[in-house]
Amino acid sequence: MGAVVQDWRDIMKTTWSGVRAMTVASLAAAALSPYAAQAAQPDDDPDKVARWIDFREGTFKGRTIDTHGDAVIKLDAPARAADAAVVPIAINAQFPQSPARYIKKLYLFIDENPEPYAGSFEFTPESGLATIETRVRVEDYTFMRAIAETNDGKLYSAVRFVKASGGCSAPADKDEDAAERTAGQVRLQAEGQAVAGKPELAQLMVRHPNRTGMAMNQVTRNYASAYFIRKVSVTYANKPVMTANVNFSISENPNFRFYFVPSGSGELKAFIEDTKNKHWDGAVAVKAQPGSAQTSAMK
Amino acid sequence: MNVASACRRITFLVLIACATIARAQTALQVTQIAPGNYAHRGHDDVATHENGGDIANVGFIVGTRCVAVIDTGGTLAEGRALRAAIRAVTPLPVCYVINTHMHPDHIFGNAAFKDDHPQFVGSVTLAQAEASRADNYMRALNRELGSAAAGSEIVAPTKTIDGTGTLDIGGRTLTLRTWKTAHTNNDLTVYDEKSGTLWTGDLLFVHCIPVIDGSVIGWLDDIARIRQMNPRHVVPGHGPLDPPWTQSLDAEERYLADLARDVRAAIRKGETIGQAVDSIGLGEKDKWLLFDMYHRRNVTAAYAELEWEQ
Repeated sequence: MGAVVQDWRDIMKTTWSGVRAMTVASLAAAALSPYAAQAAQPDDDPDKVARWIDFREGTFKGRTIDTHGDAVIKLDAPARAADAAVVPIAINAQFPQSPARYIKKLYLFIDENPEPYAGSFEFTPESGLATIETRVRVEDYTFMRAIAETNDGKLYSAVRFVKASGGCSAPADKDEDAAERTAGQVRLQAEGQAVAGKPELAQLMVRHPNRTGMAMNQVTRNYASAYFIRKVSVTYANKPVMTANVNFSISENPNFRFYFVPSGSGELKAFIEDTKNKHWDGAVAVKAQPGSAQTSAMK
Repeated sequence: MNVASACRRITFLVLIACATIARAQTALQVTQIAPGNYAHRGHDDVATHENGGDIANVGFIVGTRCVAVIDTGGTLAEGRALRAAIRAVTPLPVCYVINTHMHPDHIFGNAAFKDDHPQFVGSVTLAQAEASRADNYMRALNRELGSAAAGSEIVAPTKTIDGTGTLDIGGRTLTLRTWKTAHTNNDLTVYDEKSGTLWTGDLLFVHCIPVIDGSVIGWLDDIARIRQMNPRHVVPGHGPLDPPWTQSLDAEERYLADLARDVRAAIRKGETIGQAVDSIGLGEKDKWLLFDMYHRRNVTAAYAELEWEQ
């Protein structure tokens, strides 16, 4: 209702002769408008967002979340997104994975998206570094949260406010049938020369519309059903290094960057599944150079 | 009859009449850039409450039979002011309202012409593009313009163009043409053969940075074809009216070509979108208005488009 009040204040500032007629018109417009909801603002209290509280209670059941998790994870996201349909984000682990201490799961939550829980990313000591970079859609001004769960069961969070709008309702606008036909092309690669024992950056690209189901078809007046990649499993030498359970908050043509620890030679493999139970895979042989003793796990 | 209530009623009607007259008198400022071609120069800015969303160049062409409007501005109020500008020039009816593409600053004044019962004309892909973004466009419009946006709505095309089409407004034939996906996937140009005037919509930005909401590669192809049209006058979607268009088109082409080149190089080097955004095209900053607002978006869009190229 804040928007209506604002309208009233603005109306009062207009010239006297137009007051009455404009008031009637504005009130009619405001009453008919479904768009009057107040947007989230950066100075709102991130701990008091109802959708987040619901999710937190449902998923973490009263467990404590350390909201100053800077020593565990950092969330990089632009304060103002350049393109709401392609918002690059990174959840950066602040220490290398080891069997004694590692991040086993990262949760991504975007308060104002139609489905705020964007998904999770699971890691193992073999991941080397529990860092994930991807691109997301952002529907409206929102808090974005990453929650890390370490192997000792503790939870840490990082939060950013992102100004963007329309990322979920903006369609890709290419021929939808064509987009569906070409879906599933996979590219998997390791970046640069792999060194044994050192976390190696890998990139997985999947051609897919990752449709939100929010864009109306103008001819049928129907909304196309949501259609997206829901699961990505990546292994190295047959051991899991990154498993993503995600939804349409991930941008069209999903792109993931993550780490794994190569040893000698082995195969990096990705298995991808979408919501129509179609699946694809990709594989790349990785030959690692022998590592030196000085190699640091951190980049 | 209650005299007091009757008086209030009369006062009310008088107020409405005053408001209507006041509105009719605020006409958008237009310039006749070629015989029969009238254009309004929008602000070089993003839409705000202060500028009332008047940021795109809009205008109209007068024939001997009727008038064709080309884009209607960012709000109902701007559309009404444009209509008032037409009435100051000619009493002929408005028979066509053409939208050069889906963006809010070009379409939200359409409703001002509904009572004229014109054909609303756009690319065959315009209606879908508008419908799928409607909720978001309305929300953003209300957020950014507040009360200045009152009454604005999307009015979909009633006549569509796929390829080329002509409109006869009496004594003039307008050639409408759709393009490869470039600024958007529903770009349309209007060419007035009689005066040799090309209304490019947002396929040409002058001084204001080009914004990619379609395809950088498609846009470069379109620019080459626009050059071949060799018009005498040009009305760009943003920036000065009737500029030395070859230079303007060259500047736009160079920006887009450099962007595509640098983004391809970044992708080859394995850089992320974030790294590309932080490093590409920073030297363009002083050459374009609204660089800070749109350049990063352009790098992002170009990256997403080009990463699947090879």
